[in-house]
Amino acid sequence: MTMGALFYPDWLIRRILREVDVIAMVGASANWIRPSYFAMKYLQEKGYRVIPVNPREAGKEIIGGTAYAKLSDIPVKVDMVDIFRRIEDVPPVVDEAIAIGAKIVWMQIGIRHDGAARKAEAAGLTVIMDRCPKIEFGRLSGELGWSGINTGVITSRRSKVIRRAGTR
Amino acid sequence: MAGAGDETKFRPPGFATLAVHAGASPDPTTGARNVPIYQTTSYVFDSVDHAASLFNLQTFGYIYSRLGNPTVSALEEKVSALEGGRGAVAAASGHAAQLLAFYVLMDPGSNFVAAKNLYGGSITQFTHTFKKFDWNVRFVDPTKPEEFEAAIDGDTRALFCENLANPGGIVVDIERVSAIAKKAGIPLIVDSTMATPYLWRPFEHGADIVIHSMTKFLSGHGTAMGGIVVESGRFDWAQNDKFASLTQPDPAYHGLTFYETFGDFGFSTKARAVALRDLGPTLAPMNAFLILTGIETLPLRIQRHVANATAVAEWLEKHPAVAWVSHAGLKSSPFHALAKKYMPKGPGGSVFTIGLKGGFKAGVAAVEGVELFSHLANIGDTRSLIIHPASTTHRQLTEAQQIAAGAGPDVLRLSIGIEDIDDIIADLDQALAHGLNRAAE
Repeated sequence: MTMGALFYPDWLIRRILREVDVIAMVGASANWIRPSYFAMKYLQEKGYRVIPVNPREAGKEIIGGTAYAKLSDIPVKVDMVDIFRRIEDVPPVVDEAIAIGAKIVWMQIGIRHDGAARKAEAAGLTVIMDRCPKIEFGRLSGELGWSGINTGVITSRRSKVIRRAGTR
Repeated sequence: MAGAGDETKFRPPGFATLAVHAGASPDPTTGARNVPIYQTTSYVFDSVDHAASLFNLQTFGYIYSRLGNPTVSALEEKVSALEGGRGAVAAASGHAAQLLAFYVLMDPGSNFVAAKNLYGGSITQFTHTFKKFDWNVRFVDPTKPEEFEAAIDGDTRALFCENLANPGGIVVDIERVSAIAKKAGIPLIVDSTMATPYLWRPFEHGADIVIHSMTKFLSGHGTAMGGIVVESGRFDWAQNDKFASLTQPDPAYHGLTFYETFGDFGFSTKARAVALRDLGPTLAPMNAFLILTGIETLPLRIQRHVANATAVAEWLEKHPAVAWVSHAGLKSSPFHALAKKYMPKGPGGSVFTIGLKGGFKAGVAAVEGVELFSHLANIGDTRSLIIHPASTTHRQLTEAQQIAAGAGPDVLRLSIGIEDIDDIIADLDQALAHGLNRAAE
């Protein structure tokens, strides 16, 4: 595994967050104090359709979305697969993401699997690792700074809009 | 390649650009270019569900200005960016910032090890007021980093020092202190008020938390009180069982675990959502605005402060009334090498102490003889300031404690302003002559 520091330019993250509409969240928890629940709720508020994937919750609803046991059970087209799983569980999820035609594989903070990432990139997917889409959305929209967090964003532009909820 | 971006083309903004722009982009609703003063206590919710998300910390946003305010958060982000930190929480004063930081780390019966060379008010806060919470401080000599190690036990939760100590002109070798903290699995907290992030960024030398009294150089004009706690985002709170308030479910937040949920900004989230919420020492938006305005010129002001202070220190060293000068920018200082290493843009800063041959009497006469210098209990103003610590800021200490803190009876503390250097020196010259005459009486 290559273990150089990960670097993703802001324009790439911004483009992903603008173009993606349907997100399958693998490892989404039904427990409201879990980090995945926080991320799912936030992304839904921003207008994304977030589909929970969790075998233990299959058929039940999490924040209004029906949960599926695995990616290939989802009956609609998925743009992005967001992975909240242990590192060793990543490769089969990435294989499924390739199989269902997802455009983006996103691994959460603390999750990095360079081998699976190379496989996905070879199949034409874009891969983000060790980041959280909620935090990146908040960072690039300026909302993260509302909590005194260093967004690293310097801009003289007025608009902070990443995507217009409900326009897609 | 996995994770490849055009990293080679990415160049982070420089310090002066951050001082002007970080945290302070135009208001998206009105287009206001400068950060407005949001003089409001509360913020409307879009719906009951939105309110629930905010109270549960599931979304970003404002609820009530005790917890967060747009003017204040612009300042928090700016200082965080200047320090190269992850996040920050502002407070009503530097003392309040210390209270928030230790509230997250301490429990009754736990202790921390602090340098004995600190601002007198910090010594009093740690010794007497924290004692009422059963938070126990152990003071050590920061010029002997091994003393920190010797004072650590199983209940020690942090090490604390001022990197450039007030008073005394002491520069602490924080890389060595940081190595001791890392070995013990506890954070190093650095009060960097005297250095400012322009001269010294402690996170680059292993500090885990930085505290400022923003009342001083960051505000810079003697206009507003304020404090801030900045976290580096690099400390692993789960490496041992010392920091249960971050790594265990919090009963004050329905069993939420702050470090797991908020990761590298878990400490500052806890400091805001629990410590600031429940202790309440909120920074006023008006003060945040004044400090934001001050910070925009921080690099320019500090350059001038240090140039003036170095010239004054060199002049004083040759003055017949002066026994010693503690400025670390002087070659005679035992801290000169450390000052050049840690603060290459301005070794020693612009606040320092001098000893008068005439002792207590000469010190009192000098502070009463100045015309341009202001005799007051602050530092880091545009104006030159003078004080006799033994009769003021360090008055509550015993004489032994005063001497230990670098504030003995013969000591004057100077904070050199940005006036014309000739006027600063002329005023000190006449005041010291006054002191000489008085001491001879």
